[in-house]
Amino acid sequence: MKKGFKSLIMLLIAACIFFSSVTVGNADDGSEKGYTYNYDYWGDIQYSPDAYSTVGVYTSVELKLDKGFNNATGMYVHGDTVYICDTGNNRIVKLQRTNTNTFELVRIIEYINGDIDVKTLSGPTDICVPEDGYLYICDKGNNRILKLDNDLNYVMEFTKPMDATFDQSTAFLPNKLEVDGTGRVYCIADNVNKGMIKYESDGTFMGFYGASEVTYDWTDYLWKKFATKAQRLALKSFVPTEYDNLYMDSEGFIFACTTNVTEAGIDNGTDAPIRRLNLMGKDILIENGNFNVIGDIYWGDAGGYKGSSLMTDITALDNGIYFALDKVRGRIFGYDTQGNLLYAFGGNGNLAGCFKLPSAIEHIGKQLIVLDSQNASITIFNPTEYASLIYKAIEEYDAGDYDASGATWQQVKALNGNYDLAYIGIGRALMRQGKYKEAMSYFKLKWDERNYSKAFKQYRKEWVEDHMGFIVAIFILIFILPMLTRKIKAIKHKIDVAKIFQD
Amino acid sequence: MQALLKKKEIYSSYFATLKYALYVITHPLDGFWDLTHEKRGSLAAANTIVILMLMARIMKLQFTSFLFLKVYWEGINIFLYIASMLSQLVLFCVGNWGLTTLFDGKGKLSQIYMGTAYALTPYPLLQFLMILFSNVVTDEEGAFYFFAAALSIGWTAILIICAMMQIHEYTISKTILFIIASFFAMLVMIFILLLFFSMITQGIAYFVSIMKEIMFRM
Repeated sequence: MKKGFKSLIMLLIAACIFFSSVTVGNADDGSEKGYTYNYDYWGDIQYSPDAYSTVGVYTSVELKLDKGFNNATGMYVHGDTVYICDTGNNRIVKLQRTNTNTFELVRIIEYINGDIDVKTLSGPTDICVPEDGYLYICDKGNNRILKLDNDLNYVMEFTKPMDATFDQSTAFLPNKLEVDGTGRVYCIADNVNKGMIKYESDGTFMGFYGASEVTYDWTDYLWKKFATKAQRLALKSFVPTEYDNLYMDSEGFIFACTTNVTEAGIDNGTDAPIRRLNLMGKDILIENGNFNVIGDIYWGDAGGYKGSSLMTDITALDNGIYFALDKVRGRIFGYDTQGNLLYAFGGNGNLAGCFKLPSAIEHIGKQLIVLDSQNASITIFNPTEYASLIYKAIEEYDAGDYDASGATWQQVKALNGNYDLAYIGIGRALMRQGKYKEAMSYFKLKWDERNYSKAFKQYRKEWVEDHMGFIVAIFILIFILPMLTRKIKAIKHKIDVAKIFQD
Repeated sequence: MQALLKKKEIYSSYFATLKYALYVITHPLDGFWDLTHEKRGSLAAANTIVILMLMARIMKLQFTSFLFLKVYWEGINIFLYIASMLSQLVLFCVGNWGLTTLFDGKGKLSQIYMGTAYALTPYPLLQFLMILFSNVVTDEEGAFYFFAAALSIGWTAILIICAMMQIHEYTISKTILFIIASFFAMLVMIFILLLFFSMITQGIAYFVSIMKEIMFRM
């Protein structure tokens, strides 16, 4: 007996040693480094595998330029061509992507030809090249927007609007621009807070576009009522916010971002750092996620970085997923069309994949390019298997292929068990297949009340239909049976007291 | 035989007093008067109701559908949770008693506790039903749930006012005034307790540091 017990213990120990040696560490997917993260339902940070990996950091040396970028602020991608506005050097660099990882210098735009007095650029801040091949350049130092053809011949220019609504005393400093399919120009100019300036394709000023609604709370209003004139002047006036950057997505809507936000405004949801504007200039950004589209949902003051995320640029993939670039902490936030945070990654520093002062973000296909104005470099990111699977799952769902989407989300879940969207994606696929009970368990795990309610409603309906007999039986037992017995008793009583039976 | 009979009598009186809670919550003015003046309530039944209330609170956390109550389990300590509820009850009773004895209140501390506990009866009654109910409704039908939640709180509040009114033989306005004053009394007590504990820790730290100093010098 005792011997058997001893050998059992030995076996147990042996098994322990065996199994502990079997558990090898997972392959390095980056989740240990804390480079990529997401927020769960409670707002706790959950580190995730890397969504994007750095392909390379390209400075003037790698790109074979004569001098380094000086305070480069703008970037535009057209097909495989990348334009970089080298603002400090008064030029625009045109690069061609020859392979996924290699870039070749095509030309440097410094001088323009044609019938115009000033033939040089002065601090160009942005460029846009629509499908027709014309180049639109924000020539900020010369107070104009240039339209050039492909051979750099001057075509026309957009200048300061001669309109009563435009403050004529301030200089016209165009900063960022986008051009739509019909040649209309949307421009963000410095010191203009009425929104974007909109030009018709022939250069006439069409008015302002997308001015944010003036927001103030009633305490401010009350305070102003009782303040003296001097105090009132010292108070911040209620003005719409200035935009910082814009991007026209594949559907023709304009994504706009602004850094004119306050911490309090971000916290209580009155400040919207990212907007998606329709033709009327109204914000139609969908925010169905657990949190608003604000980047980091909480922030400390550690490491010399203060305050909320400040979005300096934005870009949107063809499938509607958009990326915002935070210049405070050098982070990139990826959101889906519903406003769910897909992942956040990046940081400040000298490592590849970190930034010093990022100023612009663009994409080629699903690759991301980030321009760092202080580090004078561009960084190329490639989506990892993890991000590619997420894109695949979202695209399959949007295309209506729910079964495939569910299977892909299963793969995502295998890579990152803390990914809320994977569970909800699996649940939605199950719901489409009519497996309501399983779907409910997935939604419950990730606190998705809306989808849970939908699945539960169907499940309840099915349950009631399946158990109709049972329910009717219960109903009879509770209501009909006592009623009948009472009736029978009453009849019996009547019979008992009836006169004809008395004899 | 005699002992058995006595035991049976105790049980039946306990159940009678517990059952009386159901009468109290439907006839509050009459019920609370008889509760203390006719001795139709018992402390044992009051304790049972308080325990039921605690159970309802804890079961609510675990079994309510997450559509209506999302629990961050990492942040919950069940003992602290119970203690916070019990301490509120005790502080209210003591605070109310302390104030009302100074202002012609007729109630004793045990009577105030009994009255408050009996007034809590609708809470477990409704909450247990609500836990079941929450698991068969969807988001859209949640209005019923929130209505029931408001009802359980409102009913309890009205019962507490009635209880205090009858126990102390106050008018309604005086009762409400003293219930509000009781809350301030609770705050004062918490303040004094905090002060007391911080003083004690300071005092102990003082003697510990003296001991250390002496040990270093020797």
